[in-house]
Amino acid sequence: MSRAATNSGIVGLGAIVDRPIEVERLVQQVANAGAGASSLFVGTVRDSNDGRPVVGIDYQAYGPMAERELRAIIGEARERHGTLGIAAEHRVGFLLIGEISVAIAASHARRGPAIDAVRYIIEQIKRRLPVWKREHYADGTREWIDPTTPFGLAVTGVGDESHP
Amino acid sequence: MTITVLLFASYADAFGRGRLSVPLSPGATVGDVVARVRADAGGDRLPPRPLVAVNHHYAPYDRIVGEHDEVALIPPVAGG
Repeated sequence: MSRAATNSGIVGLGAIVDRPIEVERLVQQVANAGAGASSLFVGTVRDSNDGRPVVGIDYQAYGPMAERELRAIIGEARERHGTLGIAAEHRVGFLLIGEISVAIAASHARRGPAIDAVRYIIEQIKRRLPVWKREHYADGTREWIDPTTPFGLAVTGVGDESHP
Repeated sequence: MTITVLLFASYADAFGRGRLSVPLSPGATVGDVVARVRADAGGDRLPPRPLVAVNHHYAPYDRIVGEHDEVALIPPVAGG
């Protein structure tokens, strides 16, 4: 995982990390002499959700499964779009506003498939990757986000560490 | 036999811990695991049919589990 791609290698790297994501490094990892385009997606922590001021997000993952699933998604994207290189990382831990939570880079001879591959990967991450986020709000409360449940009907909030 | 079930995020909060030991009969399925977990204190805060992973793969409810399988309940995912 540490070895960056040479400009002739076909790569597909995916990792769950607990340190800042360096997007420049991901772009370098997918560099390829045959590439006419590299596409990059960067997901960041924003300062509000549904009108509530957010101060940070705590990301948790089921590490081994998340990494396996991410690599499976990367393999699917490569098969569908014929990319030359793909590198993706999802970060866990407590992230402040503006910090990068996920980044995906893909290279291809042409721009279309490079962009499509990145789009495929982020959509599948949203759907399948066993990663959860607990938003911390400006008023001191915090809540696990459940994208399948609108507005606070989720199993969240009450208890946390104090629940027996 | 006893199976260890891993919990995350809101599900871990519901039980106040990240893993449960679940006693089961040999030949038990993923569905049996879910039924036992939901019957425990805190289990009423789980949905009727939570996603389950066995050995890091999403698994159907009729899959048979054994003591050496890694079983995890997967709350609605929210990555990105």
